[in-house]
Amino acid sequence: MDTVEIIVTLVGVALAGFVLWYFFFSARQTASAVSSVSGVQEVDITVKGGYSPDVIEVERGKPVQLSFYRDEENSCSEELLMPDFHIRRDLPAFKTTLVELLPQQAGTFPFTCGMGLLRGSLVVK
Amino acid sequence: METDLKTETLDIEGMTCASCASFVEKSLARTPGVQRAMVNFATEKATIDYLPAQATPATLRQAVVQAGYGVLERAPDTSAADRQAEIDQQKAHAYQQLRRRFWVAAGLALIIMPLSMLMLWPAAMQRINMQWLNYGLLLLTLPVLLYSGREFYTSAWNGFRHRAANMDTLIAVGTGAAFLYSLAATVVPEFFRSRGLTPEVYYDTTATIIALILLGKVLELRAKTQTSAAMKALIGLQAKTARVVRPGGQELDVPIEQVQLGDLVVVRPGEKVATDGLIEEGHSAVDEAMLTGESLPVEKKAGDPVFGATLNKTGSFRFRVTKVGADTMLAQIVKLVEDAQGSRAPIQRLADKVSAIFVPTVVVIAILTFVLWFDLAPIETRLPLALVNFVAVLIIACPCALGLATPTAIMVSTGKGAEHGVLIRNAEALEKAYQVNTVLLDKTGTITRGEPAVTDFVPAAGQDAARLLQLVAAVERQSEHPLAAAVVRYAEAQQAASAPATGFRAIEGQGAEATVNGQAVLIGNSRLLDEAGIVLPVAVRQQADALLTQAKTVLYVAVAGQAAGLIGVADTVRDTSVAAIRRLQSMGLEVVMMTGDNPQTAAQVARQVGITRYFAEVLPGGKAGKVKELQAEGRIVAMVGDGINDAPALAQADIGLAMGGGTDVAMEAAGITLMRSDLQGVVTAIELSRQTIRTIKQNLFFAFLYNSLGIPIAAGLLYPVFGWLLSPMLAAGAMALSSVSVLTNSLRLRGFTPLKP
Ligand SMILES: [Cu+2]
Repeated sequence: MDTVEIIVTLVGVALAGFVLWYFFFSARQTASAVSSVSGVQEVDITVKGGYSPDVIEVERGKPVQLSFYRDEENSCSEELLMPDFHIRRDLPAFKTTLVELLPQQAGTFPFTCGMGLLRGSLVVK
Repeated sequence: METDLKTETLDIEGMTCASCASFVEKSLARTPGVQRAMVNFATEKATIDYLPAQATPATLRQAVVQAGYGVLERAPDTSAADRQAEIDQQKAHAYQQLRRRFWVAAGLALIIMPLSMLMLWPAAMQRINMQWLNYGLLLLTLPVLLYSGREFYTSAWNGFRHRAANMDTLIAVGTGAAFLYSLAATVVPEFFRSRGLTPEVYYDTTATIIALILLGKVLELRAKTQTSAAMKALIGLQAKTARVVRPGGQELDVPIEQVQLGDLVVVRPGEKVATDGLIEEGHSAVDEAMLTGESLPVEKKAGDPVFGATLNKTGSFRFRVTKVGADTMLAQIVKLVEDAQGSRAPIQRLADKVSAIFVPTVVVIAILTFVLWFDLAPIETRLPLALVNFVAVLIIACPCALGLATPTAIMVSTGKGAEHGVLIRNAEALEKAYQVNTVLLDKTGTITRGEPAVTDFVPAAGQDAARLLQLVAAVERQSEHPLAAAVVRYAEAQQAASAPATGFRAIEGQGAEATVNGQAVLIGNSRLLDEAGIVLPVAVRQQADALLTQAKTVLYVAVAGQAAGLIGVADTVRDTSVAAIRRLQSMGLEVVMMTGDNPQTAAQVARQVGITRYFAEVLPGGKAGKVKELQAEGRIVAMVGDGINDAPALAQADIGLAMGGGTDVAMEAAGITLMRSDLQGVVTAIELSRQTIRTIKQNLFFAFLYNSLGIPIAAGLLYPVFGWLLSPMLAAGAMALSSVSVLTNSLRLRGFTPLKP
């Protein structure tokens, strides 16, 4: 092994480690819902290459209103899926789409894009 | 200060469920000056009483907008069809843009490819300045990268910032690496030469990959729009206008959104029924195939329900509106199908897990591929080989096929099911129906019609059949008893002449009497004749006993104080039941019957329809228990029922099929609702689920195979054995085809037609 090979190997392994850590183990952006005057838990979510925030905490038994603003045209994020709530919605680009639901059970419910690559979750307490 | 209240009506846009309506209502109620706000979700209208001194229509609108909804200014037109049209328009626009980007990339790639080949041609090499050629190629590749491929890079960057990786990440990193390497070789070739490397460029690779992937996306988008075609057709059935009769009697065409509960609507021959209601006058045959899948038109008369979007054939009638907007049958079907399409099948779970970790894992594999090739390949070719294989791994590993495998099949098949009157509640129901090996039928209402019909008409000796039927029908037309209705239906089917009846009297628990053509006619049970002192001749009594042993209800008829004949009434087997049961059995399913009737009746019906196993004398509360009993034998049970009392059994079964549009309770408990009232729907539902799950399995198999073979080959695993390497351009071609082939396979479900017996 020459020096270049050693450098390439070390950089490669470090890069691979970084990718794994960055996508799987780093901290997520969590947000709690804000309850409005009418008792509805409202959350604004921006969709741009992912969901931000992507972990949303809400309380059980109170209606939840999620406003998804899709800030891009890229086709991957055009569909929103919340399988536990039977929701499939088209998110038009640069528009806000409202999704209402009533969480009855506590737990963590994922929401994803149509192909399951972009991921977020609704944590019901 | 005194002010008059003013009332304003706003058309609200964007409400998707009842809770939306309460959001708007609350927001309006909080607005200063508003005394009362009412929002109707079904009609999408808000009615607001307000003080003009404190509020204006503009501030009211603002309140609605603040709640996150829109107000339509004029021409209220927010039907599902229009919302769909707007989304469609946006998609069509995106499709046009995508096509343009593809053609730019394809056109430039077609120029770049032959120019790159020049290098392989020694004679040309000597005449052309390599340096200049490379700069030329760079200029040609830039538009491909910056115009056609821009979305990949922005999307990958956005995803990276959100710690999410999508398929664009792979394409962006792959083509980006090839491009940056080529750029370095073009701008600083000396750096490569001084290290004993030929400064090779990969502009053709970059441009071709982008062109091919865009081609894949174009084909994918085109196919994807077809997956929801059935659904769109369903939404498109909604009528646009209704001809409403105003209190003055004048008829007026109004937009469907303005039709209100209680309106009287006229439907003429050949017109669509505007919304749900009850017929007040007139009669007609209505084609309800769009809702029930039943191709024969249904006879309708005063008192019968009609449904929006169905087609009036022959007659003309007026109906009273009972449901509008989201409450109509069509809207509920659309909602149910949409819900099903938003659900995920358990079979998809593994694919979901793989999808979630897919992209970062592939990036890691690609990096390790690069390192290994760099370390193991001969020193003079290690950099290009490592690069080419790195790019190939990234490009071939497309998770689209995996992600599209299940949802596209579910989209097509739930839409297709609705077309045939089979409403699937969710993807899980579809999967359960596929696994079923036993079908439990509740006799009444599923195998049989669930309403009495005349099976035997026996005139006593010396009686003229036609005349007797005329007399009987004349009396029974006056009666409201269900058995009387069966007699009248029979008489009408036999085209018996009508006669006027006078002095009609119903005798509680026994029957009825009236005078027809001057003769006293009695119809009822044996006690009625007994109490009238009429003696039954022996022959008649024997015939009555024969009917009773067949578990039929017997009506006795007396004319002018003499026993005149018998009528046997029973719940009859539907015309389609025998064929459908045979079809289910030939599909390898065991069909079991359950009934509240006595064992003799049960045995007779079972024999008639070809069922060998049945449960008799099952009390309504015991139905769920029978399902459990079968499940305890290790069977996977589909329960078919129609009534409210079937709900616990429908819920207990592995999959419940509620029949005949079903009551709401039965529908709630059932995984599948059959709009058609016959067993053919059960065949269609199970057949459809089998085809769908088969398609999903094929899709998943293909997607997993594609990735599990594609990635190692691209990484160069076959190189040591066969000397094979996968060109990144080939990888791009395979990737473009993978999702398209999964989609095409799912779209084959559009050709599903239920097998007719
Ligand atoms: Cu892809």
